[in-house]
Amino acid sequence: MSTTQSTGAEVRLIDVTRSWGSVTALGGVSLHVRAGSFCVLLGPSGCGKTTCLRIVAGLDSATSGRVEIGGRDVTALPPAARGVAMVFQSYALFPHLTVEENILFGLKARSVPAPERGRRLARAVETLGIGQLLARRPGQLSGGQQQRVALGRAIVAEAPVCLMDEPLSNLDAQLRAEMRAEILGLQRRLGITMLYVTHDQTEAMAMADQVVLLRGGHIEQDAPPAELYARPATSFAAGFVGTPPMNLLKLAPDGTVAGAGGPVLGEGGARLAGIRPEALRVGETGIPVRVTHAEYLGADTVVACQAGESRVLARLPGRAALAAGTPLHLAADPADIHLFDAETGARIATRDR
Amino acid sequence: MIRRETWQAWALLLPALLLLVAFTHWPAVATLIDSLYTTPRGSRPPRFIGLENFASLLDDRVFWTALRNNFIYAAATIPASVILALLMALAVNTALPGRPLLRMAYFTPTMLPMIAVANIWLFFFTPDYGLFDQVAGLFGLGRHNWLGDSATALPAMIVVAVWKEAGFFMIFYLAALQAMPPDLREAADLEGSSRWNFFRRVTLPLLMPTTLFVLVNAVINAFRLVDHVVVMTRGGPDNATTLLLYYIYETGFRFWDTAMAATLTVVLLVLLAALAWLQFGVLGRRVHYR
Repeated sequence: MSTTQSTGAEVRLIDVTRSWGSVTALGGVSLHVRAGSFCVLLGPSGCGKTTCLRIVAGLDSATSGRVEIGGRDVTALPPAARGVAMVFQSYALFPHLTVEENILFGLKARSVPAPERGRRLARAVETLGIGQLLARRPGQLSGGQQQRVALGRAIVAEAPVCLMDEPLSNLDAQLRAEMRAEILGLQRRLGITMLYVTHDQTEAMAMADQVVLLRGGHIEQDAPPAELYARPATSFAAGFVGTPPMNLLKLAPDGTVAGAGGPVLGEGGARLAGIRPEALRVGETGIPVRVTHAEYLGADTVVACQAGESRVLARLPGRAALAAGTPLHLAADPADIHLFDAETGARIATRDR
Repeated sequence: MIRRETWQAWALLLPALLLLVAFTHWPAVATLIDSLYTTPRGSRPPRFIGLENFASLLDDRVFWTALRNNFIYAAATIPASVILALLMALAVNTALPGRPLLRMAYFTPTMLPMIAVANIWLFFFTPDYGLFDQVAGLFGLGRHNWLGDSATALPAMIVVAVWKEAGFFMIFYLAALQAMPPDLREAADLEGSSRWNFFRRVTLPLLMPTTLFVLVNAVINAFRLVDHVVVMTRGGPDNATTLLLYYIYETGFRFWDTAMAATLTVVLLVLLAALAWLQFGVLGRRVHYR
């Protein structure tokens, strides 16, 4: 979704690997981020997402493969020559410099003339609303304010690509939601290309044009959020995205839920059936389950059930007062049932999809 | 009525307090008092003479020489050892092969007792077959009595002190460098900051608390460390290496002029206090503590 006056640059990773001795952090990652789009690198800790970002920044070098920014091979270039700005997880503000000096640090290092520095500073200050903080030191700021200053430092660089490494992980939940919207708005307004690392799938779903789900140094799925949600490519992707994530039910050779019976969800042995909690409803027929626990969340209730060998979560509307031990039948539309290979985790195409 | 906790607090403080009073506070006060009296000799008890001891110090030629020597010694050892310490710390903080070995090598002089250091250097400075003369001989330079010549004796003392002290200060700089988050460096790299710019604008300011600490120690040591003078030159030749503390030692324990030694000690204490006050006052305000 590139904006019309896009100032971003496309980012391309071509078969990038990174290993430390015998440990492989990234094993052959290829990735294309369109100019001016918002790409989230998502995954659990240790999946290689931060390594990926650092290779784009030039803070780590790829063991093999190529990195291109704006069509230019930057694999061998130092970080400063790549045209990227970065917001660190720790913010990496210089503790002895004031907010203003922190923001202008890079411009002074690059000998940007003073009037131009002033213009860019004024713009960043206005965009982020940090005018009253300019004379303070990072130690005198709250976490959210430090975050804004770090953003300011990235903005004034006016780099076509902005990299963010878990920028919101040190903020409380409410501030995180606010900053999420703000960062997205900023990216849209400036038209820059954003590469954003997080382990929080909510952030990925809320902000991204493109989500790259990583696991064990490999790309599990590279798709827009809607597709990641609607058609997870693997059982891992299915189990990572959604609040709560998709249920994965082990199927018996006859295609029913192992140990529970009920309707046939998918033929053939060694399969997993994936059903989103919000796709389940209480019915006359369906998978026979027993309620173990119910969590009332206001708008809906998440009911935890046991279905044979599998645990199932169902998101039911309103307040479903269900005592533990209550037997239920949970039904889902055939269209909402996803099938995965139990061995490889790969999605199995069904007739209707 | 004194509360129970108060008694307990004093009881807990007592051991430390006793030692501090016995070995630090009382001697300091006693020295101040002694400096206002004459030296007791035989049947003659000390007599109060006010500031007369200080007045006679002004006419003491050796005192002025010792003071001048000490200032030269301080002015040379302090910056040399601190700058050398910083350079060594920066060197061993980078990824080098054999880095632990290098760190240990730099730190070794600190672990050696000063007496041993002095003896090693005594050999280095020996005319004809000492290390310096042997190396100088390779370049066709003649023999030189480094410690016997009043022009080179003090510089020789300075070299020994710098060699001994730099490794010690390096440890503090190294610890401070390692405590610096590496992402500051990375952020600066991304911003296009050169190594020198980063060092000048980030590393050096962030090292200021360490620098202040090291400077205070270096100043104190410049007036305190005289073991090598005792071993190598005994203040000679012609008082060329007499430092203030060495002169106090000579006055007090060789000539047994205890009142004069007390007077000199007070001068030294006032000098150190003034220097410390200056450092905290001038530098302290510019130091950023995290």
